[in-house]
Amino acid sequence: MADKAAEGSSLVFHPMDQFIIKPLFGDGPIGMFTVTNMTLWLGLAVLCIFGLMVLGTSRRAVIPSRAQSIAEMAYGFVYKMVEDVTGKDGLKYFPYIFTLFIFILFSNFLALIPMSFSPTSHIAVTAILGFGVFFVVTAIGFIKNGVGFLGLFWVSSAPLALRPVLALIEIISYFVRPVSHSIRLAGNVMAGHAVLKVFAGFAALTAVAPLSILGVVAIYGLEVLVSAIQAYVFTILTCVYLKDALHPSH
Amino acid sequence: MATETTGAVSSCVDSYGSAIGMPQLCFEWFPNQIFWLVLTLVVIFLVLSRIALPRIASVLAERQGTITNDIAAAENLKAKALEAEDAYNKALADARAEAQNIVASAKAEIQADLNVAIAKADSEIAAKTSESEAAIAEIRAGALASVEEVAKDTAAELVSALGGKASAKDVGAAVAARLKG
Repeated sequence: MADKAAEGSSLVFHPMDQFIIKPLFGDGPIGMFTVTNMTLWLGLAVLCIFGLMVLGTSRRAVIPSRAQSIAEMAYGFVYKMVEDVTGKDGLKYFPYIFTLFIFILFSNFLALIPMSFSPTSHIAVTAILGFGVFFVVTAIGFIKNGVGFLGLFWVSSAPLALRPVLALIEIISYFVRPVSHSIRLAGNVMAGHAVLKVFAGFAALTAVAPLSILGVVAIYGLEVLVSAIQAYVFTILTCVYLKDALHPSH
Repeated sequence: MATETTGAVSSCVDSYGSAIGMPQLCFEWFPNQIFWLVLTLVVIFLVLSRIALPRIASVLAERQGTITNDIAAAENLKAKALEAEDAYNKALADARAEAQNIVASAKAEIQADLNVAIAKADSEIAAKTSESEAAIAEIRAGALASVEEVAKDTAAELVSALGGKASAKDVGAAVAARLKG
Protein backbone atom coordinates (compact mmCIF):
# COMPACT_ATOMS: atom_id res chain seq x y z
CA MET A 1 0.00 0.00 0.00
CA ALA A 2 2.89 2.31 0.75
CA ASP A 3 4.48 1.59 -2.62
CA LYS A 4 1.41 2.58 -4.59
CA ALA A 5 1.19 5.91 -2.75
CA ALA A 6 4.87 6.49 -3.37
CA GLU A 7 4.55 5.93 -7.09
CA GLY A 8 1.46 8.09 -7.46
CA SER A 9 2.47 11.31 -5.79
CA SER A 10 5.35 13.16 -4.21
CA LEU A 11 4.15 11.99 -0.81
CA VAL A 12 6.11 8.96 0.32
CA PHE A 13 4.69 6.96 3.18
CA HIS A 14 6.54 4.01 4.52
CA PRO A 15 4.90 3.76 7.91
CA MET A 16 5.86 0.14 8.35
CA ASP A 17 9.51 0.46 7.33
CA GLN A 18 10.47 1.48 10.83
CA PHE A 19 9.64 -2.03 11.98
CA ILE A 20 11.98 -3.75 9.53
CA ILE A 21 14.71 -5.78 11.15
CA LYS A 22 18.12 -5.17 9.61
CA PRO A 23 21.50 -6.64 10.38
CA LEU A 24 23.48 -4.10 12.34
CA PHE A 25 26.78 -4.99 10.69
CA GLY A 26 27.00 -5.71 7.00
CA ASP A 27 24.23 -6.88 4.76
CA GLY A 28 22.96 -10.35 4.63
CA PRO A 29 20.37 -12.84 5.68
CA ILE A 30 19.13 -12.72 9.23
CA GLY A 31 20.01 -15.91 11.02
CA MET A 32 19.16 -16.78 14.56
CA PHE A 33 22.19 -15.11 16.11
CA THR A 34 22.59 -12.17 13.71
CA VAL A 35 23.11 -8.90 15.59
CA THR A 36 20.29 -6.67 14.37
CA ASN A 37 18.81 -3.26 15.07
CA MET A 38 16.46 -5.01 17.48
CA THR A 39 19.47 -6.43 19.33
CA LEU A 40 20.81 -2.90 19.64
CA TRP A 41 17.62 -1.51 21.16
CA LEU A 42 17.11 -4.51 23.43
CA GLY A 43 20.69 -3.99 24.59
CA LEU A 44 20.02 -0.29 25.19
CA ALA A 45 17.00 -1.25 27.26
CA VAL A 46 19.18 -3.59 29.31
CA LEU A 47 21.75 -0.83 29.78
CA CYS A 48 19.12 1.69 30.85
CA ILE A 49 17.57 -0.80 33.28
CA PHE A 50 21.04 -1.58 34.62
CA GLY A 51 21.74 2.14 34.97
CA LEU A 52 18.53 2.85 36.85
CA MET A 53 18.17 -0.23 38.98
CA VAL A 54 21.82 -1.06 39.73
CA LEU A 55 23.94 2.06 39.27
CA GLY A 56 21.12 4.31 40.47
CA THR A 57 20.82 2.42 43.73
CA SER A 58 24.56 1.76 44.19
CA ARG A 59 24.88 4.25 47.03
CA ARG A 60 22.19 2.44 49.05
CA ALA A 61 21.35 5.80 50.56
CA VAL A 62 18.75 6.03 53.30
CA ILE A 63 17.91 9.41 51.82
CA PRO A 64 17.70 8.48 48.14
CA SER A 65 19.12 10.31 45.15
CA ARG A 66 16.83 11.01 42.20
CA ALA A 67 17.72 7.82 40.33
CA GLN A 68 17.41 5.72 43.49
CA SER A 69 14.09 7.39 44.19
CA ILE A 70 12.78 6.40 40.76
CA ALA A 71 14.07 2.84 41.14
CA GLU A 72 12.41 2.56 44.55
CA MET A 73 9.20 4.01 43.18
CA ALA A 74 9.13 1.43 40.36
CA TYR A 75 9.89 -1.32 42.88
CA GLY A 76 7.18 -0.14 45.26
CA PHE A 77 4.66 0.30 42.45
CA VAL A 78 5.04 -3.24 41.12
CA TYR A 79 5.46 -4.77 44.58
CA LYS A 80 2.22 -3.22 45.77
CA MET A 81 0.46 -4.26 42.57
CA VAL A 82 1.54 -7.89 43.00
CA GLU A 83 0.62 -7.85 46.68
CA ASP A 84 -2.78 -6.24 46.11
CA VAL A 85 -3.82 -8.40 43.16
CA THR A 86 -2.34 -11.82 43.93
CA GLY A 87 -1.98 -11.63 47.70
CA LYS A 88 1.02 -12.42 49.88
CA ASP A 89 1.68 -15.81 48.28
CA GLY A 90 2.17 -14.16 44.89
CA LEU A 91 5.13 -12.13 46.14
CA LYS A 92 7.66 -14.86 45.37
CA TYR A 93 6.89 -14.30 41.68
CA PHE A 94 7.55 -10.57 42.10
CA PRO A 95 11.03 -10.63 40.43
CA TYR A 96 9.56 -12.21 37.27
CA ILE A 97 6.70 -9.74 37.10
CA PHE A 98 9.03 -6.84 37.78
CA THR A 99 11.31 -8.06 34.95
CA LEU A 100 8.35 -8.02 32.56
CA PHE A 101 7.23 -4.59 33.71
CA ILE A 102 10.59 -2.88 33.57
CA PHE A 103 11.46 -4.46 30.21
CA ILE A 104 8.20 -3.39 28.56
CA LEU A 105 8.38 0.07 30.13
CA PHE A 106 11.92 0.73 28.93
CA SER A 107 11.36 -0.81 25.50
CA ASN A 108 8.29 1.38 25.02
CA PHE A 109 10.00 4.56 26.16
CA LEU A 110 13.22 3.93 24.23
CA ALA A 111 11.08 3.32 21.14
CA LEU A 112 9.82 6.89 21.45
CA ILE A 113 13.27 8.24 20.60
CA PRO A 114 13.13 9.36 16.95
CA MET A 115 14.79 6.91 14.52
CA SER A 116 14.72 4.21 17.16
CA PHE A 117 13.38 0.69 16.85
CA SER A 118 10.51 -0.58 18.95
CA PRO A 119 10.86 -4.25 19.95
CA THR A 120 7.48 -4.26 21.70
CA SER A 121 5.75 -3.45 18.40
CA HIS A 122 6.67 -6.92 17.16
CA ILE A 123 4.21 -9.68 17.68
CA ALA A 124 7.09 -12.16 17.98
CA VAL A 125 8.28 -10.30 21.08
CA THR A 126 4.93 -9.75 22.75
CA ALA A 127 3.73 -13.26 21.88
CA ILE A 128 6.74 -14.73 23.65
CA LEU A 129 5.94 -12.54 26.66
CA GLY A 130 2.19 -13.25 26.56
CA PHE A 131 2.41 -16.99 25.91
CA GLY A 132 5.28 -17.28 28.36
CA VAL A 133 3.05 -15.80 31.04
CA PHE A 134 0.19 -18.07 29.94
CA PHE A 135 2.19 -21.30 30.09
CA VAL A 136 3.99 -20.46 33.32
CA VAL A 137 0.78 -19.36 35.03
CA THR A 138 -1.09 -22.47 33.87
CA ALA A 139 1.77 -24.66 35.09
CA ILE A 140 1.74 -22.89 38.46
CA GLY A 141 -2.02 -23.39 38.63
CA PHE A 142 -1.75 -27.14 38.12
CA ILE A 143 1.27 -27.54 40.41
CA LYS A 144 -0.33 -25.57 43.24
CA ASN A 145 -3.89 -26.86 42.98
CA GLY A 146 -3.64 -30.10 41.02
CA VAL A 147 -6.88 -30.99 39.29
CA GLY A 148 -8.61 -28.42 41.49
CA PHE A 149 -7.26 -25.79 39.10
CA LEU A 150 -9.97 -26.87 36.67
CA GLY A 151 -12.45 -25.45 39.18
CA LEU A 152 -11.55 -22.12 37.60
CA PHE A 153 -13.79 -23.14 34.68
CA TRP A 154 -16.57 -24.60 36.79
CA VAL A 155 -18.55 -21.63 38.12
CA SER A 156 -19.97 -23.15 41.29
CA SER A 157 -22.08 -20.09 42.10
CA ALA A 158 -24.09 -20.40 38.86
CA PRO A 159 -27.18 -22.62 38.46
CA LEU A 160 -26.23 -26.21 37.59
CA ALA A 161 -27.83 -26.10 34.16
CA LEU A 162 -25.76 -23.08 33.14
CA ARG A 163 -22.45 -24.42 34.37
CA PRO A 164 -21.43 -26.43 31.25
CA VAL A 165 -22.15 -23.43 29.05
CA LEU A 166 -20.24 -21.14 31.36
CA ALA A 167 -17.39 -23.64 31.49
CA LEU A 168 -17.15 -23.57 27.70
CA ILE A 169 -17.09 -19.75 27.71
CA GLU A 170 -14.53 -19.72 30.51
CA ILE A 171 -12.27 -22.16 28.66
CA ILE A 172 -12.47 -20.13 25.45
CA SER A 173 -11.74 -16.91 27.30
CA TYR A 174 -8.87 -18.59 29.12
CA PHE A 175 -7.22 -19.63 25.87
CA VAL A 176 -7.82 -16.25 24.26
CA ARG A 177 -5.99 -14.57 27.13
CA PRO A 178 -2.43 -14.94 25.79
CA VAL A 179 -3.51 -13.80 22.33
CA SER A 180 -5.20 -10.65 23.57
CA HIS A 181 -2.43 -10.15 26.10
CA SER A 182 0.25 -10.04 23.42
CA ILE A 183 -1.68 -8.40 20.58
CA ARG A 184 -2.85 -5.59 22.88
CA LEU A 185 0.72 -4.49 23.55
CA ALA A 186 2.08 -4.98 20.03
CA GLY A 187 -0.99 -3.41 18.45
CA ASN A 188 -0.88 -0.31 20.63
CA VAL A 189 2.80 0.32 20.07
CA MET A 190 2.73 -0.48 16.36
CA ALA A 191 -0.37 1.61 15.64
CA GLY A 192 1.01 4.59 17.52
CA HIS A 193 4.33 4.50 15.72
CA ALA A 194 2.70 3.98 12.33
CA VAL A 195 0.36 6.93 12.91
CA LEU A 196 3.32 9.08 13.95
CA LYS A 197 5.07 8.14 10.71
CA VAL A 198 2.00 8.93 8.59
CA PHE A 199 1.60 12.34 10.24
CA ALA A 200 5.29 12.99 9.74
CA GLY A 201 4.92 12.04 6.06
CA PHE A 202 2.28 14.72 5.57
CA ALA A 203 4.78 17.33 6.75
CA ALA A 204 6.24 17.23 3.21
CA LEU A 205 3.15 19.06 1.96
CA THR A 206 3.62 22.75 2.76
CA ALA A 207 -0.10 23.40 3.10
CA VAL A 208 -0.70 20.87 5.83
CA ALA A 209 2.79 20.90 7.38
CA PRO A 210 1.83 22.92 10.50
CA LEU A 211 -1.17 20.71 11.09
CA SER A 212 0.91 17.60 10.55
CA ILE A 213 3.61 18.76 12.96
CA LEU A 214 0.95 19.62 15.53
CA GLY A 215 -0.50 16.15 14.97
CA VAL A 216 2.91 14.54 15.48
CA VAL A 217 3.33 16.43 18.76
CA ALA A 218 -0.14 15.45 19.96
CA ILE A 219 0.24 11.78 18.97
CA TYR A 220 3.68 11.73 20.55
CA GLY A 221 2.17 12.92 23.83
CA LEU A 222 -0.45 10.21 23.54
CA GLU A 223 2.25 7.64 22.82
CA VAL A 224 4.15 8.60 25.98
CA LEU A 225 0.96 7.88 27.88
CA VAL A 226 0.34 4.64 25.97
CA SER A 227 3.90 3.45 26.64
CA ALA A 228 3.45 3.66 30.38
CA ILE A 229 -0.15 2.45 30.39
CA GLN A 230 0.56 -0.60 28.22
CA ALA A 231 3.44 -1.61 30.49
CA TYR A 232 1.07 -1.23 33.44
CA VAL A 233 -1.76 -3.11 31.74
CA PHE A 234 0.48 -5.99 30.73
CA THR A 235 1.82 -6.26 34.27
CA ILE A 236 -1.51 -6.06 36.07
CA LEU A 237 -3.07 -8.62 33.72
CA THR A 238 -0.13 -10.91 34.48
CA CYS A 239 -0.93 -10.43 38.16
CA VAL A 240 -4.60 -11.18 37.58
CA TYR A 241 -3.76 -14.40 35.68
CA LEU A 242 -1.36 -15.37 38.45
CA LYS A 243 -4.07 -14.78 41.02
CA ASP A 244 -6.38 -17.11 39.08
CA ALA A 245 -3.68 -19.76 39.14
CA LEU A 246 -3.00 -19.37 42.87
CA HIS A 247 -6.64 -19.10 43.94
CA PRO A 248 -8.76 -20.73 41.20
CA SER A 249 -12.01 -20.66 43.15
CA HIS A 250 -14.32 -17.86 42.11
CA MET B 1 5.05 -13.58 1.10
CA ALA B 2 6.14 -12.43 -2.31
CA THR B 3 9.18 -14.55 -3.02
CA GLU B 4 9.34 -13.70 -6.71
CA THR B 5 10.54 -10.10 -5.99
CA THR B 6 13.87 -9.81 -7.73
CA GLY B 7 16.77 -8.27 -5.83
CA ALA B 8 15.00 -8.56 -2.53
CA VAL B 9 17.11 -8.79 0.57
CA SER B 10 14.56 -11.19 1.97
CA SER B 11 10.98 -12.19 1.40
CA CYS B 12 9.85 -9.40 3.71
CA VAL B 13 11.74 -6.47 2.22
CA ASP B 14 11.59 -5.39 -1.42
CA SER B 15 14.48 -4.20 -3.52
CA TYR B 16 13.90 -0.58 -2.45
CA GLY B 17 14.33 -1.52 1.22
CA SER B 18 10.64 -1.10 1.94
CA ALA B 19 8.54 -3.51 3.88
CA ILE B 20 6.34 -6.02 2.08
CA GLY B 21 3.21 -6.27 4.21
CA MET B 22 3.68 -6.09 7.94
CA PRO B 23 7.26 -6.64 9.13
CA GLN B 24 5.65 -7.98 12.30
CA LEU B 25 4.46 -11.01 10.35
CA CYS B 26 7.79 -11.86 8.76
CA PHE B 27 8.38 -15.36 10.06
CA GLU B 28 11.96 -15.36 8.77
CA TRP B 29 12.92 -13.01 11.57
CA PHE B 30 11.14 -14.82 14.36
CA PRO B 31 14.00 -17.10 15.50
CA ASN B 32 16.35 -14.11 15.64
CA GLN B 33 13.84 -11.97 17.53
CA ILE B 34 12.96 -14.71 19.97
CA PHE B 35 16.61 -15.52 20.63
CA TRP B 36 17.56 -11.93 21.42
CA LEU B 37 14.39 -11.32 23.43
CA VAL B 38 14.91 -14.37 25.61
CA LEU B 39 18.56 -13.44 26.10
CA THR B 40 17.53 -9.90 27.07
CA LEU B 41 14.89 -11.11 29.51
CA VAL B 42 17.31 -13.56 31.12
CA VAL B 43 19.96 -10.85 31.51
CA ILE B 44 17.45 -8.38 32.96
CA PHE B 45 16.05 -11.03 35.30
CA LEU B 46 19.48 -12.05 36.56
CA VAL B 47 20.59 -8.44 37.09
CA LEU B 48 17.37 -7.57 38.89
CA SER B 49 16.97 -10.67 41.02
CA ARG B 50 20.66 -10.97 41.96
CA ILE B 51 21.57 -7.32 42.48
CA ALA B 52 18.90 -4.67 42.13
CA LEU B 53 15.82 -6.07 43.85
CA PRO B 54 17.52 -7.41 47.02
CA ARG B 55 19.42 -4.15 47.29
CA ILE B 56 16.28 -2.02 47.01
CA ALA B 57 14.46 -4.31 49.44
CA SER B 58 17.29 -3.94 51.96
CA VAL B 59 17.40 -0.16 51.46
CA LEU B 60 13.64 0.10 52.00
CA ALA B 61 13.84 -2.13 55.10
CA GLU B 62 16.75 -0.12 56.40
CA ARG B 63 14.85 3.11 55.84
CA GLN B 64 11.82 1.68 57.62
CA GLY B 65 14.08 0.68 60.50
CA THR B 66 15.70 4.09 60.57
CA ILE B 67 12.34 5.81 60.60
CA THR B 68 11.09 3.55 63.42
CA ASN B 69 14.28 4.19 65.40
CA ASP B 70 14.09 7.89 64.79
CA ILE B 71 10.50 8.02 65.95
CA ALA B 72 11.43 6.07 69.09
CA ALA B 73 14.37 8.41 69.68
CA ALA B 74 12.10 11.40 69.19
CA GLU B 75 9.65 10.01 71.77
CA ASN B 76 12.57 9.49 74.12
CA LEU B 77 13.80 13.03 73.62
CA LYS B 78 10.31 14.37 74.12
CA ALA B 79 10.02 12.54 77.45
CA LYS B 80 13.41 13.92 78.40
CA ALA B 81 12.35 17.42 77.46
CA LEU B 82 9.22 17.10 79.60
CA GLU B 83 11.36 15.85 82.46
CA ALA B 84 13.74 18.75 82.03
CA GLU B 85 10.82 21.17 81.97
CA ASP B 86 9.51 19.72 85.23
CA ALA B 87 12.94 19.99 86.81
CA TYR B 88 13.22 23.55 85.60
CA ASN B 89 9.81 24.46 87.00
CA LYS B 90 10.72 22.84 90.32
CA ALA B 91 14.01 24.68 90.47
CA LEU B 92 12.22 27.91 89.63
CA ALA B 93 9.68 27.38 92.42
CA ASP B 94 12.48 26.51 94.87
CA ALA B 95 14.45 29.56 93.89
CA ARG B 96 11.38 31.73 94.28
CA ALA B 97 10.65 30.34 97.74
CA GLU B 98 14.26 30.83 98.76
CA ALA B 99 14.23 34.36 97.45
CA GLN B 100 11.11 35.08 99.44
CA ASN B 101 12.78 33.68 102.56
CA ILE B 102 15.83 35.81 101.96
CA VAL B 103 13.68 38.88 101.42
CA ALA B 104 11.71 38.19 104.60
CA SER B 105 14.80 37.60 106.72
CA ALA B 106 16.49 40.67 105.25
CA LYS B 107 13.39 42.70 106.02
CA ALA B 108 13.33 41.42 109.61
CA GLU B 109 17.02 42.18 110.04
CA ILE B 110 16.62 45.64 108.63
CA GLN B 111 13.58 46.19 110.85
CA ALA B 112 15.59 45.15 113.92
CA ASP B 113 18.48 47.41 112.95
CA LEU B 114 16.02 50.20 112.31
CA ASN B 115 14.35 49.72 115.70
CA VAL B 116 17.68 49.79 117.49
CA ALA B 117 18.72 52.89 115.58
CA ILE B 118 15.38 54.58 116.28
CA ALA B 119 15.60 53.77 119.97
CA LYS B 120 19.14 55.06 120.09
CA ALA B 121 18.17 58.18 118.25
CA ASP B 122 15.17 58.69 120.56
CA SER B 123 17.30 58.40 123.66
CA GLU B 124 19.88 60.72 122.16
CA ILE B 125 17.19 63.18 121.26
CA ALA B 126 15.73 62.90 124.76
CA ALA B 127 19.15 63.50 126.29
CA LYS B 128 19.77 66.44 124.00
CA THR B 129 16.32 67.83 124.81
CA SER B 130 16.81 67.66 128.57
CA GLU B 131 20.26 69.14 128.19
CA SER B 132 18.86 71.95 126.09
CA GLU B 133 16.02 72.50 128.53
CA ALA B 134 18.52 72.76 131.34
CA ALA B 135 20.56 75.21 129.32
CA ILE B 136 17.45 77.22 128.49
CA ALA B 137 16.41 77.25 132.15
CA GLU B 138 19.86 78.38 133.13
CA ILE B 139 19.84 81.06 130.46
CA ARG B 140 16.36 82.15 131.54
CA ALA B 141 17.45 82.30 135.14
CA GLY B 142 20.55 84.23 134.12
CA ALA B 143 18.42 86.52 132.06
CA LEU B 144 16.00 87.15 134.97
CA ALA B 145 18.91 87.91 137.22
CA SER B 146 20.34 90.25 134.65
CA VAL B 147 16.94 91.89 134.13
CA GLU B 148 16.67 92.44 137.89
CA GLU B 149 20.17 93.89 137.98
CA VAL B 150 19.52 96.12 135.00
CA ALA B 151 16.16 97.17 136.45
CA LYS B 152 17.78 97.95 139.79
CA ASP B 153 20.53 99.95 138.16
CA THR B 154 18.12 101.72 135.86
CA ALA B 155 15.73 102.47 138.70
CA ALA B 156 18.57 103.77 140.86
CA GLU B 157 19.83 105.92 138.01
CA LEU B 158 16.32 107.21 137.32
CA VAL B 159 15.79 108.01 140.97
CA SER B 160 19.13 109.81 141.16
CA ALA B 161 18.45 111.59 137.95
CA LEU B 162 15.13 112.78 139.25
CA GLY B 163 17.05 114.18 142.25
CA GLY B 164 16.02 111.69 144.76
CA LYS B 165 18.07 109.57 146.91
CA ALA B 166 17.17 106.03 147.09
CA SER B 167 18.78 103.35 149.09
CA ALA B 168 19.75 100.26 147.27
CA LYS B 169 17.54 98.23 149.52
CA ASP B 170 14.37 100.18 148.65
CA VAL B 171 15.11 100.04 144.94
CA GLY B 172 15.74 96.35 145.16
CA ALA B 173 12.45 95.74 146.96
CA ALA B 174 10.50 97.87 144.47
CA VAL B 175 11.98 96.12 141.46
CA ALA B 176 11.37 92.74 142.99
CA ALA B 177 7.76 93.68 143.66
CA ARG B 178 7.34 94.93 140.10
CA LEU B 179 8.89 91.77 138.61
CA LYS B 180 6.58 89.57 140.61
CA GLY B 181 3.52 91.52 139.65
